[in-house]
Amino acid sequence: MFKWLEKNLPKIVMAPAVGLIGWFVYGFVLWTLYISFTNSKILPKYELWGFGQYEKLWASRKWLISVDNLLVFTALFLIFCIVIGIILAIFLDQKIRAEGVLRTIYLYPMALSFIVTGTAWKWILNPTLGIQKMFIDWGFENFTFDWLVNREMAIYTIVIAGVWQSAGFVMALFLAGLRSVEDEIVKAAKIDGAGLFTVYWKILLPMMRPVFFTSFVILVHISIKSYDLIVALTQGGPGISTTMPALFMTQAAFHKSQVGLSAASAMMMFMAVAAVIIPYLYSELRRENAR
Amino acid sequence: MQDNLQSSSYKELEQKSKYTNMFLRWFLYFVLILFASYFIFPLYVMVVTSLKTMEEIRQGTLLTWPSSLNFDSWLVAWGGRGYGAGDTFLRPYFWNSIKMVVPAVFFSTFIGAMTGYVLTKWRFKGDQWVFLFLLFGCFIPFQAILLPMARTLGTLGISNSVVGLVLVHTVYGIPFTTLFFRNYYISVPTELVKAARIDGAGFFKIFFKILLPISAPIIVVTVIWQFTQIWNDFLFGSTFSFGEAAPIQVALNNMVLSSTSVKEYNVDMASAIIAGIPTLIVYVLAGKYFIRGLTSGAVKG
Amino acid sequence: MKTLKIEELSKNFGTTEVLRKINLEIDEGNFLVLLGPSGCGKSTLLNIIAGLETINEGNVFIDDYNVSKVEPKDRNIAMVFQSYALYPSMNVKENMIFGLKQAKTSKEKIAEQLEKVSTFLQVDKLLERKPSQLSGGQRQRVAIGRALVREPRIFLFDEPLSNLDAKLRVEMRREIKKLHQQLKTTVVYVTHDQTEAMSLGTKIAIMNHGVIQQNETPENIYNKPSNTFVADFIGSPSMNLIKGKLIKNSNNISFIADDSSLEVPINNYDFKENSDLNNKEIYFGIRPEHIYFKKLNEDDFDINLRADLSEYIGHEQIVTLDYSNQEILAKFPSTIKIELEKEMKLYFDLAHISLFDLKTKERI
Ligand SMILES: Nc1ncnc2c1ncn2[C@@H]1O[C@H](COP(=O)(O)OP(=O)(O)OP(=O)(O)O)[C@@H](O)[C@H]1O
Ligand SMILES: [Mg+2]
Repeated sequence: MFKWLEKNLPKIVMAPAVGLIGWFVYGFVLWTLYISFTNSKILPKYELWGFGQYEKLWASRKWLISVDNLLVFTALFLIFCIVIGIILAIFLDQKIRAEGVLRTIYLYPMALSFIVTGTAWKWILNPTLGIQKMFIDWGFENFTFDWLVNREMAIYTIVIAGVWQSAGFVMALFLAGLRSVEDEIVKAAKIDGAGLFTVYWKILLPMMRPVFFTSFVILVHISIKSYDLIVALTQGGPGISTTMPALFMTQAAFHKSQVGLSAASAMMMFMAVAAVIIPYLYSELRRENAR
Repeated sequence: MQDNLQSSSYKELEQKSKYTNMFLRWFLYFVLILFASYFIFPLYVMVVTSLKTMEEIRQGTLLTWPSSLNFDSWLVAWGGRGYGAGDTFLRPYFWNSIKMVVPAVFFSTFIGAMTGYVLTKWRFKGDQWVFLFLLFGCFIPFQAILLPMARTLGTLGISNSVVGLVLVHTVYGIPFTTLFFRNYYISVPTELVKAARIDGAGFFKIFFKILLPISAPIIVVTVIWQFTQIWNDFLFGSTFSFGEAAPIQVALNNMVLSSTSVKEYNVDMASAIIAGIPTLIVYVLAGKYFIRGLTSGAVKG
Repeated sequence: MKTLKIEELSKNFGTTEVLRKINLEIDEGNFLVLLGPSGCGKSTLLNIIAGLETINEGNVFIDDYNVSKVEPKDRNIAMVFQSYALYPSMNVKENMIFGLKQAKTSKEKIAEQLEKVSTFLQVDKLLERKPSQLSGGQRQRVAIGRALVREPRIFLFDEPLSNLDAKLRVEMRREIKKLHQQLKTTVVYVTHDQTEAMSLGTKIAIMNHGVIQQNETPENIYNKPSNTFVADFIGSPSMNLIKGKLIKNSNNISFIADDSSLEVPINNYDFKENSDLNNKEIYFGIRPEHIYFKKLNEDDFDINLRADLSEYIGHEQIVTLDYSNQEILAKFPSTIKIELEKEMKLYFDLAHISLFDLKTKERI
């Protein structure tokens, strides 16, 4: 008995973690999956109802707007974060005097919660006393900046705040990537007569492919899950113009008593994330095994 | 390039490279500072606004400096105005957050350390799969577990309580903490463990006497990461706890959204700063570890 | 006209002084090897020649023109690195012609150069491969090829062979030597491997702590080391340095080791300066390979020494001897049977000794 215990001690120690994750992650996801196939309203019901919730979901105008917003947001969020992140990383890589300070400034938003970020930007972007007033007071009489309350434009305010929060992170990833490149490669390129632009464009950035991939995965992941920022900045409004899947899901579940529908929307999000993450984990693991 | 360069052309080249370099450096600093202002701007606005009176806010612009350093809004945000109903302020929720963060960080870090230890130093058949099994938990969208979690907390009788949030954050922190410790311990030479085993040390002794003493850096990284994540969480806080037991982010959001009276932007900003300051302090003090957590927590390896 | 001249060059990184008052000259077509222990500043010096590092003091001249502030690409040099530094995202061909393309060379000229160099280095079958698909030796050839296509005035090599395994290293060494014989381009070559330095260099500059200790032909470096550092650094095992003093009377001059009464006559030694030699404290330097088992030359000096230890290394053995309580090494063919703990008669080849001042460590 004691022998057995000793031999299996490592596995016994592992058990709580595996058990907890098995139950709270896999079990719960399966439960949600099951519920998405039932006609649950305020309380879960357990008789199967087929794909009814999914049909309802994809017929819902609000859900379609959510998905639409998500696509727009993800595209812009990705482009801006990666472009700004790369520019900052490359520029900081030039033996800049105040590098430490600048890096700290670019990255600090990452330490703040989305609620704090949202609160701050909401104040800055508010049309009566915020940026608009600042420009009018500076003498630009006709300056208007009402994106926050404009149905067409409100989604872009979320992009502004989101990029503000996450661009520094991409910068940190790329800077680490650039710093890990052997000096000698850059020296060789200089001797070959490559200017700064060519060194980065033709040699270093092509070497950053794994970093691009990683940034892409993480940013897409952040954007699919984005919830707090919208709650703090627009609550999905004006109207439902800035609603997104994560917001749709919680509202359906906890405010509208559409448990089945919200489970279906959660599963859609789950699948979207899985579509990005599984290839990523697969390639990462292969790379690690190759080492 | 092929032929010998003449002295005169060397001189021209020297001049040319000097001017291009100068122009480039100015441009570089210009762009870097431009972006720095974009990033610093909201923080500046928050601080300045929180120090103004509402009267000043209406008259000046976002950037104008406050006429005097007036911490009234901070006091109101922290301790309220002192009248009964409808007076929301952050102090109790701040303590809620502390009571939630400390145990959750401790438990998740400890469990992660043990699992990371087993996964790297007591390898067994299929441990790669177990790791993948745990790792996937880093990436699931939490929406997929909100509904059953709410029911489970209800069944356990800990919904709408700090204890419930501790449980939630511990569980969903495990994938990350395991990842951190596993990646750290994998670079610790296995010979160390083998030697200790030959000397007769057992499972726990090896962990506490050999691995734990050299784990300080990764413990710091993990604790900072978990602290930031849990402190900043809003999704779990707002779904599982709404009234008295709410953590600070939820309280902040409620305060800002409350439409009871006239909007007091100065108090809003003071509240936002109070809610953000613990993580900011950690970031400023231990930025190196924070960044290491970010780059290896979100990115594997 | 000197192809390369370095004048009073100093360099520091912050407060650490890396190079101190370096002076160097290289004639057209020479092969200069910079040799020294790790961290002595060899790479830094090479990078300065290439224009990849700035200078604190002094100047670098190429063909008598001061290039101290000229960009690397305009110095008409090419460099081969230890890590090969091939661009991972480009294939072999793109790697090799990248420099020419940057210099806006005509298409025809590029094709011609590529053809010539790739066949010369036998990499013409590999042109479409990525660096990650090449072996170490192949990578090194491509790296050399990338330097060759540009037909530079000076070739700079920074430990190009140290990432290769022992066998390949010897092969590539020979190829680099061949290459130099055919092209006759001036070369500056950094290494910390003395065999490499001896076999390749027409001149060797030995460096230590950022200072050039000696800059001469390999023969002179080996036979007449200018100080104890060089004496110790070159040769394997390195030169025996026996502590003692000089005795000079009328026409005779001899060496007596500490705690010994045996006088070793050194009348034929070529002193730099003849004054003040009596009672001078010195190191008596003799290489292990210049201690013989049989008398080979007329004035070999016979001496009885006790053998303490013998290390067999294949064709040779290294014997540890006791010279009045100082340990010295000798190298003999392994066919000779050595009786340990016994005195044996040996011969010092006095034509090949070096004497150094005990205090200044300089050759006298
Ligand atoms: N960028 C730098 N900043 C600070 N110190 C440096 C820098 N580059 C080199 N050094 C220091 O300068 C000294 C000389 O370095 P260098 O690379 O020239 O040595 P080396 O002779 O090439 O050695 P090795 O044989 O190991 O390549 C070393 O002590 C090194 O630590
Ligand atoms: Mg070096």
